[in-house]
Amino acid sequence: MKWAVLQFPGSNCDQDLIHVLRSVMGKDAAYLWHKERSLGDAEVVLVPGGFSYGDYLRCGAIARFSPVMKAVGEFASRGGFVMGICNGFQILCEAGLLPGCLIRNRELRFVCREVALRVENAGLPFTGRMKPGQVLRMPVAHGEGNYFADAETLARMERGGQVVFRYCDGTNPNGSLGDIAGVCNERGNVMGLMPHPERAAEPILGSADGRLIFEGLADAVRARRAARLSGD
Amino acid sequence: MGKIPDDARVTPELVASHGLTPEEYRLILDILGREPTITELGIFSVMWSEHCSYKSSRPELKKFPTDGPSVMVRAGEENAGVIDIGDGWAVSFKIESHNHPSAVEPFQGAATGVGGILRDIFTMGARPVLLADSLRFGDIRGKSRKAAENRRLLKGVVGGIAHYGNCIGVPTVAGEIAFDDSYSGNPLVNVFCLGILRHDQIRLGKATGEGNPVFYVGAKTGRDGLAGAAFASRDLTEESKEDRPAVQVGDPFREKLLLEACLELFEHAESIVGVQDMGAAGLTCSTCETASRGHSGIEIDLDLVPQREEAMTAYELMLSESQERMLIIARRGHEETVRRIFAKWDLDAVEIGRVTGDGLMRVRHLGRVVAEIPARRLAEEAPVYHRPARAPVGGAERYDYLKFPEPKDLEGALLKMLEAPTVASKRWVYDQYDHMVRAGTVVLPGSDAAVVRVPTDPPGDLPPVGGRSFKYLAVTTDCNGAHCALDPHEGGKLAVAEAARNLACSGARPIGVTDNLNFGNPQRPEIFWQLRRAVEGMAEGCRAFGVPVTGGNVSLYNESPAGAVDPTPVVGMVGIIDDPAHITTQCFKAAGDAVILLGGAGGGLGGSLYAMEILGRRLGPCPGVDLAFERATHEGLLEIIRRGWVRSAHDCSEGGLGVALAECCISGPGAPVGAQIDLAFAEAPLGRRDEVLFNEASGRIVASVPEGHLREALSLLMGRGVPACRIGRTGGDVLKIGFSGGRLSWSVARLRDAWAGALGRVLRG
Repeated sequence: MKWAVLQFPGSNCDQDLIHVLRSVMGKDAAYLWHKERSLGDAEVVLVPGGFSYGDYLRCGAIARFSPVMKAVGEFASRGGFVMGICNGFQILCEAGLLPGCLIRNRELRFVCREVALRVENAGLPFTGRMKPGQVLRMPVAHGEGNYFADAETLARMERGGQVVFRYCDGTNPNGSLGDIAGVCNERGNVMGLMPHPERAAEPILGSADGRLIFEGLADAVRARRAARLSGD
Repeated sequence: MGKIPDDARVTPELVASHGLTPEEYRLILDILGREPTITELGIFSVMWSEHCSYKSSRPELKKFPTDGPSVMVRAGEENAGVIDIGDGWAVSFKIESHNHPSAVEPFQGAATGVGGILRDIFTMGARPVLLADSLRFGDIRGKSRKAAENRRLLKGVVGGIAHYGNCIGVPTVAGEIAFDDSYSGNPLVNVFCLGILRHDQIRLGKATGEGNPVFYVGAKTGRDGLAGAAFASRDLTEESKEDRPAVQVGDPFREKLLLEACLELFEHAESIVGVQDMGAAGLTCSTCETASRGHSGIEIDLDLVPQREEAMTAYELMLSESQERMLIIARRGHEETVRRIFAKWDLDAVEIGRVTGDGLMRVRHLGRVVAEIPARRLAEEAPVYHRPARAPVGGAERYDYLKFPEPKDLEGALLKMLEAPTVASKRWVYDQYDHMVRAGTVVLPGSDAAVVRVPTDPPGDLPPVGGRSFKYLAVTTDCNGAHCALDPHEGGKLAVAEAARNLACSGARPIGVTDNLNFGNPQRPEIFWQLRRAVEGMAEGCRAFGVPVTGGNVSLYNESPAGAVDPTPVVGMVGIIDDPAHITTQCFKAAGDAVILLGGAGGGLGGSLYAMEILGRRLGPCPGVDLAFERATHEGLLEIIRRGWVRSAHDCSEGGLGVALAECCISGPGAPVGAQIDLAFAEAPLGRRDEVLFNEASGRIVASVPEGHLREALSLLMGRGVPACRIGRTGGDVLKIGFSGGRLSWSVARLRDAWAGALGRVLRG
């Protein structure tokens, strides 16, 4: 297993991620149960959307205590690629692997619809197949996707290229600060985003733009393997 | 009803307060050969409630066609029917109502309706892959208290459906919502679920094999939902609010765990004998029904049941409708498999009893036997009532619409129709539902039917690397209550025809029907007549289209102090699309296509939404339907779709041709596409322009075809006896409709604004 898709109680986009990785892209991907303490030979860790622990207490607040999250933290600190989608983004924020937090949508309602995303940082493993300013279309589906961070953090993130995606064309669905849809950590190896690239990876579903993220990650994994072989 | 101690004596007052008649009580004495205990009285009262026993509707339901070459599990045999879809795969689907709970507590009432129907489906061994909802409310417009209350109910119900469906990760992809004041105070909340399974995954609700262990799995039992089935079998009154404890509280997270644990356990076929969800009448229904189906007995000890409240009586434990619980009959020697899998999902799995050979449902509590009832007689021998039926005196009201002058401003009339909540875009609603999770929704909500692809993988934990094979399913729910109120027989046929038409417009052929019969108090002969006539009409419709009814639900006593709801026999229909290239949606795709009308100009304004909205009253008669002609039209449309000649197809329903044309222009995801239409041909036979635009005659479809295929498409249709003609061409940013005396014209941006924003504007108000 090179691509690990975490499974928490209440995850519900795990099967969609596995579908895209295995059936659409032909990758060696499998589920990793939240009670596991080791990531095995995983090269990428994906934290799927859903309602881990029913979103009780606060989205992602309980999942971060699952045994697997300690391993994910260590993996990230060694530079491993970690991506959280929707509830996965919330979990990574709660776990302190990403800055800021996600609060109730401004309209106080769940929202499921397609949005437009502008690529703000095309220099990441997740965005290597994109151009700066490129606009991608993919759906959101969340009740708590309103990104928030204090002014100082936000300024530091903007300077450091940590804002990866912004809602554009007036499609901000949740009142997110600065139209932020996706962010990364300072090192650029951990990313979270509210939109669902796994639901936009095939033309029959209306958009294949999401596939660019997974293809970029695959490139980065290949580059890292090559570097390791050549002894860098 | 206050708390009843377990050693209470059964008095005539208690019998009456349990909704049992003296005759029913005599039958109980006969079955038991002695007086019942209070626990037994409670058990009989819920099992023999209308909700569980179908005692009024059962003779009518026998009129439905339930057989067909693809039927694998028939209606009534199990929690839900199963239909073969080929290649070793099958679908299980069903619709169920949660009307009464939603009237009293809309959020939880609707949420637990979703939870209940999901359990019905995964109990069959199927993985739920989509949900749909058919909802009815009173008018939500205006400043009246009644309208405000209807808005509150709508918001609560939508919020509850979203809460449950979104969390469990099953997309809510289809449905309809209609508004009429007959539903004020008694909204209808009908929830549909479909699951997929391999043929070898079908699980049945049977307790067989003497000595096999009976497991209780899932959430703990509390006092919520006590005797909800009996509650659902009464009229709603001002005092119904006091029945709030009869409304259950749902926990979709717990249900998600239960779903995954059950499906994981079901892969161990050798460990499982039978499965039954605890829905209406909870432990009572699940134990006696599994024993009855297995021709066996069952014995349980209530002291072992996981409980979350203290000092619960046997009566309360047996009648609780706490959610997210299942009964599993395992094979002796395989107990560890059950315990291990449920422990993985952090759920209780407790052996509470065993299968016996004596045919009795025996319940122990605190060391005593508190109930001992022949299971089969309890489950199968509920009294059946042949209720008197009587047509209302004088029949449906008939008006000559010509007595109502045609409005001068027909352009304004169309805009007003598009703003009517029944017609307006439901995006405000379905935006709140996750309708894309499972990455399979190919046609999103807002077209005639939703289309979902479902994977058909070989057995295994992971899908194959590389190409995956799919089947494409289309789903719709339909019923026009106004039509049924005017003529339940034609209305029943029309509901089936409209559902089939919606599927045809999506490129699908129908494979099965599930029905939800929503009516008033069946003890009133006029109401029972509506039920009977509607069922007969639906049965005729199903026969005409060759589709079996695979199960459904009956909801009676839908009455508020103001009277009964319009008869609303909702049809949920499932279709299959043989090739994804045939998937068709309702919106015009590009400029320059020919617009054609199948099925002719129609006529009459009876039963029309236009009469209600613009002329200000409900007019009869109900439009009629010729089922053979309707079927020929659908098959003709499907044939030109299969040949690749169709860009869009949309059925004419509420609001007739005028609304259908507007929706073709404005309901697509991109910029609206205008059209130039000429309807002068229809004026001479019909007479009035409003009749041409807004009549709701059935069997009519607006399609767009590339000009290059126009001639062959029309000749194919005419060759099959389907009236079809070119009525215009797509393009531009205006919808123009020409008549002999001039033409009507609307900017498509204006039409879209009226239609897309109407619901949000009303609900913010």
